[in-house]
Amino acid sequence: MASIWEYANPVKFMRLTDRVLPVVALGAAVCMVAGLIWGFFLTPDDFRQGSTVKIIYLHVPAALIAINAWFVMLVASLVWFIRRHHVSALVAKAAAPVGAVMTLIALITGAIWGEPMWGTWWVWDPRLTSFLILFLFYLGYIALWEAIESPDTAADLTAVLCLVGSVFAVLSRYAVNFWNQGLHQGASVLRAGAVTGSDTEEKVSNVFAVPLFVCIAGFVLLFLALVLLRTRTEIRKRRTAALIARERLV
Amino acid sequence: MIPDLGKYTATVLSAYGASIALLILLVWASLRASKKARQALEKVERKDG
Repeated sequence: MASIWEYANPVKFMRLTDRVLPVVALGAAVCMVAGLIWGFFLTPDDFRQGSTVKIIYLHVPAALIAINAWFVMLVASLVWFIRRHHVSALVAKAAAPVGAVMTLIALITGAIWGEPMWGTWWVWDPRLTSFLILFLFYLGYIALWEAIESPDTAADLTAVLCLVGSVFAVLSRYAVNFWNQGLHQGASVLRAGAVTGSDTEEKVSNVFAVPLFVCIAGFVLLFLALVLLRTRTEIRKRRTAALIARERLV
Repeated sequence: MIPDLGKYTATVLSAYGASIALLILLVWASLRASKKARQALEKVERKDG
């Protein structure tokens, strides 16, 4: 059986993703269109939140990807630190803009949802604040990649920034549990009891949960497709730069 | 064809509008960068023989 490290070879990575990327992209399109149409057009209003509950189909998947994209970057950065595989550093670089956009979507939809429900667009609540800091970390990470000319030095320094930023990624996820205060509620969807529990006050009805899971699958596949596409772009840019440098030497 | 969103019509539509616009922008920017990188590499490889 082939080792996973074989795909750290850019040629093998390109060959594999040539076949995988169209399938993942198609899956993302199907799940996202189906999930969002289902959620927007075919689900009822919530008895407390009215039609604003439909924002859940964007807010929750985007927030989930915002946090987990940083963990993908963390794993890729650790692989770069330990094994010095260039493809892993490029995966981390490719994931950052996708994570930043997802964090921005989570912040915007959260603010829009918060206004009618909490009476305010923004509050310095632990989860909201940690998400804003996570967004700033994403911007800093992207800027650092662009600011350093040497690709290896950029990969080293951004990997360090990624390790530091992981604290805020963890805080974004568990801020509500750590401080137990603020307006933002705790996890109510990706918690076993929330969907299957017998307590009707706590339970998220399947009417909302099923299309939400379809949307989450769509966002996960979209993230994967975009990271693969952007990594391929970065590999091509590296190859172009290497060929130009070789030409100059000859 | 839009379902009746009651008094939250503007709220829900603005959340969907902003999110879908950002997602389309992200996909478009990624595809554009991919196309540019592929063309640049092909050009250099052709020159390289």
